[in-house]
Amino acid sequence: MASLDELRSALGADAAEIIGRYPKSRSALLPLLHLAQAGQGYVSEAGIAFCAELLGLAEAEVTAVASFYSMFKRRPVGEYHVGVCTNSLCAVMGGDAIFAGLQEHLGVGNDETTPDGRVSLEHVECNAACDYAPVVMVNWEFFDNMTPQSARDLVDGLRTGAKVAPTRGAPRLCTWRQASRILAGFPDDQATGGHTAGAPSLAGLRIAREQGWRPESEVR
Amino acid sequence: MTTILTPALTAHWDEPDSFTLAAYRRDGGYRALPKALAMEPDEVIQTLKDSVLRGRGGAGFPTGVKWGFIPQGDGKPHYLVVNADESEPGACKDTPTLLARPQALIEGMVITAYAIRAHLAFIYVRGEVLHVIRRLHHAVAEAREAGFLGRDILRSGFDLEVVVHAGAGAYICGEETALLDSLEGFRGQPRLKPPFPATSGLYACPTVINNVESIATVPWILLHGAGDFASLGTRKSTGFGIFSLSGHVATPGQYEAPLGTTLRALLDLSGGMRAGRRLKFWTPGGSSTPLFTDEHLDVPLDYESVAAAGSMLGTRSLQLFDETTCVVRVVLRWIEFYRHESCGKCTPCREGSYWVVQLMEQLERGEGTEADLDKLLDICANITGRAFCALGDSIEAPVRSSITFFRDEYLDHQRNGGCPFDPAASTLFAMESAR
Repeated sequence: MASLDELRSALGADAAEIIGRYPKSRSALLPLLHLAQAGQGYVSEAGIAFCAELLGLAEAEVTAVASFYSMFKRRPVGEYHVGVCTNSLCAVMGGDAIFAGLQEHLGVGNDETTPDGRVSLEHVECNAACDYAPVVMVNWEFFDNMTPQSARDLVDGLRTGAKVAPTRGAPRLCTWRQASRILAGFPDDQATGGHTAGAPSLAGLRIAREQGWRPESEVR
Repeated sequence: MTTILTPALTAHWDEPDSFTLAAYRRDGGYRALPKALAMEPDEVIQTLKDSVLRGRGGAGFPTGVKWGFIPQGDGKPHYLVVNADESEPGACKDTPTLLARPQALIEGMVITAYAIRAHLAFIYVRGEVLHVIRRLHHAVAEAREAGFLGRDILRSGFDLEVVVHAGAGAYICGEETALLDSLEGFRGQPRLKPPFPATSGLYACPTVINNVESIATVPWILLHGAGDFASLGTRKSTGFGIFSLSGHVATPGQYEAPLGTTLRALLDLSGGMRAGRRLKFWTPGGSSTPLFTDEHLDVPLDYESVAAAGSMLGTRSLQLFDETTCVVRVVLRWIEFYRHESCGKCTPCREGSYWVVQLMEQLERGEGTEADLDKLLDICANITGRAFCALGDSIEAPVRSSITFFRDEYLDHQRNGGCPFDPAASTLFAMESAR
């Protein structure tokens, strides 16, 4: 585990840039926690101390914030963190079966990681893609309309190092730590690649196009 | 055939490069901004008031009125905060908007900030949408490069910087004052109101917090005029909005239509329920809004009509469930969500959500009695109105409405010694494998 000194030298300049975005430094705490997570894969004691030192806060204050938000992990997760939506609609549409199938297939429970450290599994709440249900997230990229079988194939690919791409997202999947760095406000070069809208996003537009419907023609 | 859909925000999502500045400008983007900058800020606010645009984040508060609450000449910095923390179960409209058309939000933000005299704006986006976050950073960078953000925008003398701020997984941060606490680097817990954010928001300064769709609609209103916008929809629920269909429907997705449309119209247009199934219950505005059934297919989906029928328009998140679905299972899962997302600040929500889950679990296992239903309703009645914020109030909506419409189904669990439904039948792949 990296020491506080190592975090200072590895992430100090990025941290200063984050703090510079805000009129008041404490606003930088969430992005700094994402940054600490990018550095180590999770928010360690050293990560807490790093944030506290930068913002002039007590470590307890930083811990209180880190423990409030479900995306901050207090122990290592997999290189690929798999979240299965089991909120009502996705659960009914198959999320419960997908989650149960993945637990069995991977031999891990909720919030656990495979022994090889490649994949961790968690059931997540609604991820704003209900029209693509059931939804699985990997490192916060969308894998839409999943089945128990396609979810098993997905995690197998993640474990063997096969090329895995989101069904709606960037062209290539980031690791957990790379994703955390984007969340800290340092995007990679993939913004212009990947998907823009899947079929459900365009469902209404397609019908309106066929019919020649536009808001302008409806104005009274 | 009468026009049912009116794509405005969604009109160009099928262009492969629709998220770029070049595509947005090609389609007429950034023509509203110079128009707004040539007006007095107060005229822009008046235009929004005249349009009667109501906040698209769920509460439906008139956007122009909200802007008008910002004190002027007070010597304090003003802030604009965009609420992009879309997390309400069922809500899935802002995420595709930001993926496909982030520049509409940026143009709306510049106009809004100009109107309320803000020079720093934040986009608080939920963290769990990585590609959306990339697109937002890219959109800000492109807009800045082209002179739509930064200093002296279009030589108007107006300055604006935009910061993209990723959340970290907390539904409560969609509540505007919890969002502010989170943006200030604290646990996301709601603040006591008053004072309202308009006078004491971010860093205790005047702050406007608006939903993504509200702000992204602003350029259309400036370009076409408040009158044109107000002529769409109903008299009190003006304009168009995105309706999100999900669940057991033939064609789930985003449908942009004038407010006041009906679920029947949207279903007729989109192919109805999935083959061979019928509608059992649905939410008009996400999990926090009381359930409707097939009796409510013709309720006009505007704020007034939905309220008159006993629910709320909310975020127009229409989640549809067919007869294979157990309502107890669906409602329990929503309440487990509220229990998980309760911030813990107030007792009715923190403890109440826990007890409602306990009772609902007992009922789902078939170990509950009719008296438990009354107890459930009693607990819910003691949460609503006593909780610190709307999250607590949301607990009652699905519980009470499901007991109203499906009391027998709760009791069937007791008679059956467990859930009488086959969960496999309600999955997406059940239908596909049967084909």
